[in-house]
Amino acid sequence: MDDRILLAHGSGGKLSQDLIRSFLPDLANPILNRLDDSAVFEANGRLAFTTDSYTVNPIFFNGGDIGRLAVCGTVNDLAMSGARPLYLSLAFIIEEGLLIADLKKILASIKEAANEAGVKIITGDTKVVDQGSADKIFVNTAGVGTVPEGVDISAANARPGDKIILSGNIGDHGIAVLSQREGLKFNTPVPSDCAPLNGLVADMLAASANIHCLRDPTRGGLATTLNDFAGQSQAGIVIEEDKIAVDKAVLAACEFLGFDPLYIANEGKLAAAVAPGDAEVVLAAMKRSKYGGGAVIIGEVVAEHPGQVVMKTTLGASRIVDIPVGELLPRIC
Amino acid sequence: MKFVEEYRDPELGKKLLDMIHERSRKPARLMEFCGGHTVAIFKHGLRQLLPDNIEMLSGPGCPVCVTASDDLDRAIALGHLPDVIITSFGDMVRVPGSRSSLQEARSEGADVRIVYSAQDALAIARDNPEKSVIFIGIGFETTAPTIAASILQAEQEKISNYYVLSLHKVCPPIMKAILDLGEVNLGGIICPGHVSAIIGSHPYQFIADDYKIACAVSGFEPLDILLAVDRLIRQIESGQPTVEIAYRRGVKPEGNVPAIRLMETVFEIGEANWRGIGVVPSSGLQVKSQYEKYDAAKNFKIDPGPTHEPEGCICGSILRGVSTPKDCGLFGGTCTPEHPVGPCMVSSEGSCAAYYHYGDNHG
Repeated sequence: MDDRILLAHGSGGKLSQDLIRSFLPDLANPILNRLDDSAVFEANGRLAFTTDSYTVNPIFFNGGDIGRLAVCGTVNDLAMSGARPLYLSLAFIIEEGLLIADLKKILASIKEAANEAGVKIITGDTKVVDQGSADKIFVNTAGVGTVPEGVDISAANARPGDKIILSGNIGDHGIAVLSQREGLKFNTPVPSDCAPLNGLVADMLAASANIHCLRDPTRGGLATTLNDFAGQSQAGIVIEEDKIAVDKAVLAACEFLGFDPLYIANEGKLAAAVAPGDAEVVLAAMKRSKYGGGAVIIGEVVAEHPGQVVMKTTLGASRIVDIPVGELLPRIC
Repeated sequence: MKFVEEYRDPELGKKLLDMIHERSRKPARLMEFCGGHTVAIFKHGLRQLLPDNIEMLSGPGCPVCVTASDDLDRAIALGHLPDVIITSFGDMVRVPGSRSSLQEARSEGADVRIVYSAQDALAIARDNPEKSVIFIGIGFETTAPTIAASILQAEQEKISNYYVLSLHKVCPPIMKAILDLGEVNLGGIICPGHVSAIIGSHPYQFIADDYKIACAVSGFEPLDILLAVDRLIRQIESGQPTVEIAYRRGVKPEGNVPAIRLMETVFEIGEANWRGIGVVPSSGLQVKSQYEKYDAAKNFKIDPGPTHEPEGCICGSILRGVSTPKDCGLFGGTCTPEHPVGPCMVSSEGSCAAYYHYGDNHG
């Protein structure tokens, strides 16, 4: 029979220790290896600190898994403040019965994503709960990073005239996970775009000191991110529908299910508001960066209609892009 | 992608719009029957692009919106029975009934689960043989065949704990009812796309023949809708109403015959209660007596209590095309998508939600 996680793996006894020690070779670094009650590290200057919990069904999906998601999500949250991510914590809540082989696969992708992002995991925790008390595995990561001198990025900093830049096509992650969860088979499977964006942000910051807003449009999609910019900055935003790229398979899935790609989650894209004079250099820097190849200017910040996002449609009309209310639900008929 | 991008082509769209502007002379009041069309029209901003003499009204074609309060009350009462799992399409759980919603029932302990199809509900029945699994069957001719198929499959697999509360409605009779009310003076109707994929275009013939109203079946892409509007304007300008299909890739005049047979095997025509319109004879689908062991209406004893409609809500007259959401005193203030008072604000296909999300209509 396949080895599975038992309640005893979370008891704090020998089995727990063995399990935790089995993680160490994957994540090893001098701070973690001490296995003290807390990680002790040095950092200089302004710090950024964030936390996020990850629950995704299925835990393995096309283009990633919950491990890669947990690293990239927190790295990206740090990066969107202009911070250079340094360290992460990693906590598992595991439902008894999870295959140990699955846990190993998740750990391997955590290692790979952390290496790619250049962050170290320096503290962690593992709990095991009864069957039914969690769904296979929940992961929490918290992250610390340093914010370089002079960097001041906030969703409240958009100014009329700023250009809105989007780093690539939208909707891949949400559709990848949904189609796998619901067993929807499309001719072209859509992989998640899950990726660490700190390298892209570093390239953008190197190109310009006038990046005002940055955000990765995860849950709630691009529409929510742009509404955040508009609302927090009390400025209007106008975007052009035909500038926003959507993969053909994602568009097909959205049409089939009655979804609007503007509201679908991404895990490897960002939207930025950049001073108009620097927009082209930032765009060029993004296009050279690994995860910014599809970057494009999709619109601009305006003084009119503060707090509102307006989209010019392909046919030349315009409409409001509102925030979604709750869970996205497929069409009935 | 095939069947999406080419139906959003801006050049073709402009040509169609030019044709409509050139041809349209008489004032024309058009109703898009289907909520999916309402959303597409708003999403692509089509109203702004049409000539001023063309007025677009939204019709009753949103399955969640037309579900009557007392039918919702019955669904909620079923949810409160012991050992029952209610399965429902998502939007339905948020619609307020007379006193509460399925969502609130869930927070009070009822087991209410959102499913994407009746097949998912059947799977829940299979996995929970000790529970009664009730699917709240809403929708028009589009969803009814799949729900009929789930009952036949339950029969085949001898699943005895699966039930359907059939609140299904059929389109042509309600179109007739609205026209007979005489409240809206229509020149043309954009007939539903997905419903027509099942029933075909013949069932609308009476509208052109008896009421002299132009009909065009439309798809859901902007060019589909513009093409349908163009067809309607041609008919109106020439004074020769007929039924045209402007959605040939999806709809055949005779419809989808196997799907119709499936529907007819399990369901029979009966009356249905429409929110804002009332009980309309021959406008609903009821489970045939042959399959009554799957009929939730026949197998559970409930007391849903007295029904009342939310005060001030005009969803009923919006569904009849008599009023628009802007006429409602609650719109955007008391009634928002976060706190909906009536069903037209809940459903993603509802007129109020479309006005709220896509128009400049925030309270």
